[in-house]
Order: sequence, then structure tokens, then C-alpha cells
Amino acid sequence: MAAAMPLALLVLLLLGRKGWCLAEPPRDSLREELVITPLPSGDVAATFQFRTRWDSELQREGGLSVLLKADRLFHTSYHSQAVHIRPVCRNARCTSISWELRQTLSVVFDAFITGQGKKDWSLFRMFSRTLTEPCPLASESRVYVDITNYNQDNETLEVNPPPTTTYQDVILGTRKIYAIYDLLDTAMINNSRNLNIQLKWKRPPENEAPPVPFLHAQRYVSGYGLQKGELSTLLYNTHPYRAFPVLLLDTVPWYLRLYVHTLTITSKGKENKPSYIHYQPAQDRLQPHLLEMLIQLPANSVTKVSIQFERALLKWTEYTPDPNHGFYVSPSVLSALVPSVVAAKPVDWEESPLFNSLFPVSDGSNYFVRLYTEPLLVNLPTPDFSMPYNVICLTCTVVAVCYGSFYNLLTRTFHIEEPRTGGLAKRLANLIRRARGVPPL
Amino acid sequence: MGLLSDPVRRRALARLVLRLNAPLCVLSYVAGIAWFLALVFPPLTQRTYMSENAMGSTMVEEQFAGGDRARAFARDFAAHRKKSGALPVAWLERTMRSVGLEVYTQSFSRKLPFPDETHERYMVSGTNVYGILRAPRAASTESLVLTVPCGSDSTNSQAVGLLLALAAHFRGQIYWAKDIIFLVTEHDLLGTEAWLEAYHDVNVTGMQSSPLQGRAGAIQAAVALELSSDVVTSLDVAVEGLNGQLPNLDLLNLFQTFCQKGGLLCTLQGKLQPQDWTSLDGPLQGLQTLLLMVLRQASGRPHGSHGLFLRYRVEALTLRGINSFRQYKYDLVAVGKALEGMFRKLNHLLERLHQSFFLYLLPALSRFVSIGLYMPAAGFLLLVLGLKALELWMQLHEAEVGLEEPGGAPGPSVPLPPSQGVGLASLVAPLLISQAMGLALYVLPVLGQHVATQYFPVAEAEAVVLTLLAIYAAGLALPHNTHRVVSTQAPDRGWMALKLVALIYLALQLGCIALTNFSLGFLLATTMVPAAALAKPHGPRTLYAALLVLTSPAATLLGSLFLWRELQEAPLSLAEGWQLFLAALAQGVLEHHTYGALLFPLLSLGLYPCWLLFWNVLFWK
Repeated sequence: MAAAMPLALLVLLLLGRKGWCLAEPPRDSLREELVITPLPSGDVAATFQFRTRWDSELQREGGLSVLLKADRLFHTSYHSQAVHIRPVCRNARCTSISWELRQTLSVVFDAFITGQGKKDWSLFRMFSRTLTEPCPLASESRVYVDITNYNQDNETLEVNPPPTTTYQDVILGTRKIYAIYDLLDTAMINNSRNLNIQLKWKRPPENEAPPVPFLHAQRYVSGYGLQKGELSTLLYNTHPYRAFPVLLLDTVPWYLRLYVHTLTITSKGKENKPSYIHYQPAQDRLQPHLLEMLIQLPANSVTKVSIQFERALLKWTEYTPDPNHGFYVSPSVLSALVPSVVAAKPVDWEESPLFNSLFPVSDGSNYFVRLYTEPLLVNLPTPDFSMPYNVICLTCTVVAVCYGSFYNLLTRTFHIEEPRTGGLAKRLANLIRRARGVPPL
Repeated sequence: MGLLSDPVRRRALARLVLRLNAPLCVLSYVAGIAWFLALVFPPLTQRTYMSENAMGSTMVEEQFAGGDRARAFARDFAAHRKKSGALPVAWLERTMRSVGLEVYTQSFSRKLPFPDETHERYMVSGTNVYGILRAPRAASTESLVLTVPCGSDSTNSQAVGLLLALAAHFRGQIYWAKDIIFLVTEHDLLGTEAWLEAYHDVNVTGMQSSPLQGRAGAIQAAVALELSSDVVTSLDVAVEGLNGQLPNLDLLNLFQTFCQKGGLLCTLQGKLQPQDWTSLDGPLQGLQTLLLMVLRQASGRPHGSHGLFLRYRVEALTLRGINSFRQYKYDLVAVGKALEGMFRKLNHLLERLHQSFFLYLLPALSRFVSIGLYMPAAGFLLLVLGLKALELWMQLHEAEVGLEEPGGAPGPSVPLPPSQGVGLASLVAPLLISQAMGLALYVLPVLGQHVATQYFPVAEAEAVVLTLLAIYAAGLALPHNTHRVVSTQAPDRGWMALKLVALIYLALQLGCIALTNFSLGFLLATTMVPAAALAKPHGPRTLYAALLVLTSPAATLLGSLFLWRELQEAPLSLAEGWQLFLAALAQGVLEHHTYGALLFPLLSLGLYPCWLLFWNVLFWK
């Protein structure tokens, strides 16, 4: 958070100061919220968002930021931090704008480690802190907990303390139910002097297959040896009845020489012809391969996109300091409009919770997803950059030098040549004899 | 160079090679054998040392304490396996999930080319179960593998128990930088092969298997574990993989350092390492271990499921728990701590293991011989073939010159082409026939097994082995050359040319083999070179024939079996030896088809035809 501040300030200075110093700006509010979502894998994701118009105070005491303790946040499976700044209209006619600063921090807690093998969690277990008071500056300070039941009965999980209100929304095409804990609600904290939200699974969701997203992907290198290989991308469409197109973008470094004629796309055992292909071949040491395809994914299918490549030999100065680690191939990027199960209503950005803006909706029946597959690690043929390498170079030089003379010796037959005797006369005589067809002298 | 380009000196040198040929050959052969024997003595064998910086010290605090848990898992696993009679897939999935892994299964099936009588299987189908521990804050680009192969019998339950307990312990730690795959395979090596092929999405051996759902990037190293008792007296480590491939020496060093740290007793080839290298006892014991390693490596079969990983450039070794009558025993915690230490060190790797040796011989766990020091042994042996070939070449050349000289100067070009033409034409028939025999040896046994079982009262596996032996023996009886075309002018030219070709062919083959699998090349060179050098159609033919038969590839295999059991201090009787020989033949063919081992095609397509050429030379008319 501290690092984000100068950055935000810098951006602000660059953008100029129009409209941010009005005579009497309506004092904008600080909104903060924490969304806690259990993930299909059993882990728990927590997303903090702090939004403020620029003229608000940023140094906060209390509120949700008490939970931000480094020693817990860095013992997690994942975290990502972002700062967004954008101009916002102050009124309907947009005569003046102010700047909106939005800071987000997403953390994925490994529930298995923190919960000693159970999927239950509580604020204290995750952050080793509880909430004691709302932020005095905040106009809104809320905690949302995803309590969507995948089983349609209310007996599987229990949140404690029981929420006073719930909020329903369509997130990524499915209906979600959130319990809301408003820290500004005095009853929420005053009862027990602190708020420790807990979630308990009444029946451990063991046998329940975790809900899979409609679109997911996997990527790997196949083959063995250091000459050839194959890049394979598996695209899963788990939607039961809707097919949808996916834009697949691959950039592959030039030292993997792609054989474009080997590009095969199969789904359900049949060849799948992409409706659009853009391929830009690589130039050695200048630009990577660029391959972009629009592929229709049939409903409930796995589509395999594979392309063979040959590993190039680099110049020896082009290897990285750790060549035996392998070379990274960047992830493929998948962009798709995934059909929703539940139609989403257009939302009012100002009224709905902040986290809604994390999931952009294009229209009611689709939602936009951009996925990145895992990066790959590919080994290239690597010389042994140590003493044996020098020895090999030296030996090769010696062999190369010796080779010519040995080859000469082995292929040539030696005859002892008689010293040439006789002068011009004999040569002339021989010429005449040859013309007559008589053996020379 | 002036020495060779001067015709006078060249002739003198040639005469020297011709006159001293026999002593030089003997000297070179003896030098080769002596060099090999000397490999176990300290100046040639060196202490092993860790080359990889990332694994430099053993400063790892092992915290594994799940001995009871491992035993409980093992008991449950054994009970479930007994109940279901196969790998308890559902139980494994449940247990792996309960310790917090991401679990996947893979089913595979394979019809063997003929029934495998040693392992009692023919139509094999099974399921592999594996769980992935995802490293936090990493993108799943690299992984390590801990695998336990489960056969059809009820061994290895403790290994599964330890694997699960280790998985539970590893899951609670936050320091992992690489994903760890815990793999339990059914039908031991077949399952491992199926999983590896599916992981790398290739099909090398015609295995049918379902595609893998979960992957974890490039596998950096693998450890296979075989444990069948709650306590062990020692851990044996196997390094020899498919086709004699070896893992990087650093992996073995890592194992050895953790054995030393934990005070575990470690053996190599079932032998303890000698303490005293200054006196004669240590090197002699080292020689035993070295010979065992050479025999195992030469066999080209994977000695443990680690052997299959090596094809994919995954450094791997197998640890076997041995429970003998020794007094002091270690429990599963000690083994688990050694494994934990190894995995934590492997977790530190920044690059694939590449710093240390890939080609080495081991006279003891802490001693090795590098390729630069053992290659001369094979070189000396192959020099014999070179010297012999040189001698024959010169004799042929001299005969040519001798033929030409009486004819005189006027027409040197007239008699030369026909004599050369005869020499080459007479070689075509034997070469083709012997290669065809090799091809028949390679193809017919498996192809003709059903015909054989129809007409003879034998099972398929027996049919294959017996056809193999029949074709092998039939190769000796076939007429190889067509006598009409042999020129009467120089009766010796025919066999000399054939032997020259055979010598060069053999030297090339052995040279190539020795480069990739030194043990096999050296073993074959030791046996085949003397007979090959001696073979000629004059002199004591029966003696030569006996020597040639005794050193044929099949006889070498039989002899190696006896030597192997002798070194293991479990000598074979003749009948047992014969049975083992037949089983080894069947296994050799099977391993070629199931894992892609190259020994069988190498012997049948390469060395057997070459050997037949020498047989042909011996009975040249």
C-alpha cells in the first residue's frame, strides 16, 4: 500500500490538475470492502478494495486495514496488488471530474494449512486479527462472504455471527449469495467488542465435485529429447449445451521453430477448423512467432490445439546464465465471451458493491473472460559450459587440423617418380611418337 | 606425417605391423583387461563430490515424524489391497485428497506380445493414482516426483504408507518452490511407463492409456521407493536405467550425503562399501561391486521404475529398503527423514542436474570412475580389431601386388578389375544371408508364436524362446557363400576380404555401443574380440569353432548370468542356469516390446549377423 501511494501521486501529477481543486468539492467518501470467497479447490480467496475520490484522506486507522499484516499475507498461495486511477464525472453532465483511486489486494489463503486439514475458516485464523471498529473516515465499510450453496439446501454451511442482510448478484454467469457485515452498523461490533466471522461446513463437502468453470485450459510440452517437441493446449468447454468461440493468442520465442503445417485442432475426435488464423512467422533474434486463432469450442468438449516445433541451436553468447534451467515460453492468452447460466442485470456502478467492477459484463447473456495458461519451461540443446566444453573445442580444432593431412595420406597412392632425363629433343621425339601411335621413349 | 608419406619408411612400418601383429594384439588385449581391473585402485577411482552448488550442504532440518502415520497408512493400504485384489484406487484417491493433494487417476491397458511368465501377466490393465502438491506462489513450471511402483503381489505397502505420510508432512510446509507429484503405479514398471508416456504425450510402446488431467510442468528429478517392511536394516540404491542410462552422479551423491547425515546404512548392488582402500581388500571388494554394476548396466533393463524416467531426461534413482538379519534396524522415520532432506535439497535446484557426471562406473557408493578413465579399457580391446584389420588389408594389398608383379609392367590395369570384382561379389552373399538371419531372429519368434503353438505342444512364451534358439542355431548351419564365383587364382582372398569387412563391422558396432553403454560394449568386446581375431579357415578349426561358439552373444549372456549369481554369492547350478537363461531371453524380448529396451534388436540385428560372418570365415571353403 505504501508503495502504491507515490505511484498514484505521480500519475496524478502527469495527468494535470484539472478539476481536482474546485472551490467546494463535495467531500467524497472512502469506501472499503472485503470479499471472502471459498474456491473450488478448498482454498479461500480474500479481496480487499479501498476506493476513494482523490481528496479523501488515505492514512487510515482501524477499519479493514487492521487485517493487513504482512506475516500472514505473505504465507499465502497467491497475492496480487493493484492500483487503479481514473477520472470520474462528478455530475450527470460531466462538467467536472475528480480522480478515483482504487486499491485492491487479492490474497488466496491455503485453507488446508491454516485450517489443519479442514475447510472451515475464520477471520482470526486467516489474518490473526479480528475487526474491532470501522474506519472513522469511511462512509461504507463492509465485509461480503460468499455463502452460495451448490447443493441448494441450507444445511451444508454455517456462518457465524449470522448475517443481518444478504446480497444477491450474478457473478461470472452464476448466481451468488453474499452475507453482508456492515462495520458501520453499531450492533455488529458493539455486542462483542470485535467481529470474527467464521464459516463452518456442517457436512464436509468431500464427495461433492467442485464446480468447474465453463472455460478452462491447460498447456504442456510433449515429446522427449532435445530435437523436436510439441506444444499442446487443451481447451475445456464444460458448458452442457452451449458452444462458444475462443480467441487463442500464442507468442512463441523464435528459438522454438514452429512447424505451422503440423498445427492440428481436434475436438471430440474430429478436426476443428478455426474460423480465423493470423500467423506472423518469427525472425531470428528479432521477433517471436505470433499465432492467433478463433476457435469454436463445441459444448461439453475438450479441444486440443497442438503444433510441433524444433529447438534451435543458440549462439553460445545467447544462452542465459542458467541455460540448464530451460527457457520460458509465455502463456497462451484465451479471450472469450462465455455464456451465462443466469442473465445478469445491468448494474449501477455507484450503488452496487465495489467488487462488481472486477467482473465486467458485456451484456446479460455473456460474460467476458480472459485466461492465461501456465508458462512452459523448455530445455534447449545446451553445451556443457565448463572445462569439458573447452576440451571439446580444443580437440575438435586439433582433429580438424589433423584430418586434412590424414585424409591426404589415406587417399593418395605414392609412386616413385623417375627423375626426368633428356631435354627438349626427347620431348619432341615423344610428341612425334605419340602422333604416330608409338609408345614414347 | 613424413613417416607415412615416405614410401620406404611406410613399407618398413607396414612390415613391422605385419611381423609384430600377433604380439601387439595380445599385448593390447591384455592391456585392456588390465586397465579395466585397475579401475578399482585409488588413482583411477576417485572420491565422489557434490558439484551442484544448490545442493551443496546438508543444512536442512528434517522434521518428518510421521512414522506411526506411515505404518497406519501402510496397514490400511495392505488391507484394502487384499480385499480388492488390485490397487485400491478409490481408497488412495480418498486418502490423498484427505492429506490435501490434488488427485488424478489414469487408466491404461496393454496386451503384451506374448505371456510374461516371470510376472504372470498377458493382458494388463490397471490404474495409476497420483496426487500433486502445488507449490505456493509458483506457476507449476517445474516438479519433482516421488513414485512407488506396486506390483501384483502384496509388496511395497510400506512404501505407499511412507509416501502418503510424507505427502501429509510436505503439504504443511510453505517452502516448496516446485510442485511435487506423488505417484502410485499399478503393475510396477508397466504403470510407470504408461504414466510417463501420457505425461509427455507420446506413445513409444503401443500402450493404451487415458490422457492425464493434471500436469505440473517439467519434471526435474524423481525418486522411486520400494519398501516392504516396517523396519529396514539398510537402503539399497539402484542407478542403472533403461539401455544402461545413468542418472546424474549428483543425485546419487545427494542420497549418500543424507545417508551419512542420518547414519543410515546404504548399499550399492547389495554390497557395503569397503572402508580401507589402501590395502588390497578394499579394491577387491570394489571390483565385485564394479562387476555387478557392469553386468546390470550391460543388461540394459531398467532396474527399478526410476530407469524409465531417464529417457525423458529426468534424473531418477530407486531406493530399496532391505530387511536382513542385521541387528540394528531403522524405522520409517529415518527413511522418511532422508527422503525429506533429499526433496528439500532438490527443491533448491535452480537448474536441472547437469553439473556432475552422466557417464561413470561405481566401485563403491562413495567412489566413482569417470568416462575419461574407463574408456581406454574399451579402446585397447578395440585396437586388437583394428590391428587385425590392418594386417588383413596389407596382406590383401600385398597379394594384389604379388599377383601383378609376375604379369610385369605392360598391363597393370588388365588383371586388377576382375580380381577386385570377385572379392566384392563373394562378400555380398554372406553379408546378405547373415543379415537376413538376424532379421529373422528379430521378427520371427514373436510373429510366429501362434504357428508354433499350433504345431508343437508348447505355450506361447516357450514357443518364442525356443524359436529364438532354433533360428540362432540354424544360422550356424546355413551355407553362406556361393562357391562358384570364388577365384581360383587367390584362394585366400575371399575369406580375407570377408574377415576384413567383419572386423571393421564389429569394431564399429562395439565402438558405438561402448560410447553409449560402456558396460555392454566392454563385455561384448572382452568376449568377442579374441575369437574374432583368431577366426580363419586354417589351423585347428575345431578349437576355433569351440571358442567362437563360446563367445557368441548368447553364450556371453549365459556366462554373464553365472558370473552375476557368483558375484551375488548365490551360485547357480547348470539346470538353474539354463532355466534362468531361457527366462532372460523371454524377458529381453518382452522388455524390448514393453519399454523399448534396445539390447534384443542390437544383438539380433547387429552383433549376431556380425558373429555369423566370423563363423562363415571359419568354415570358408
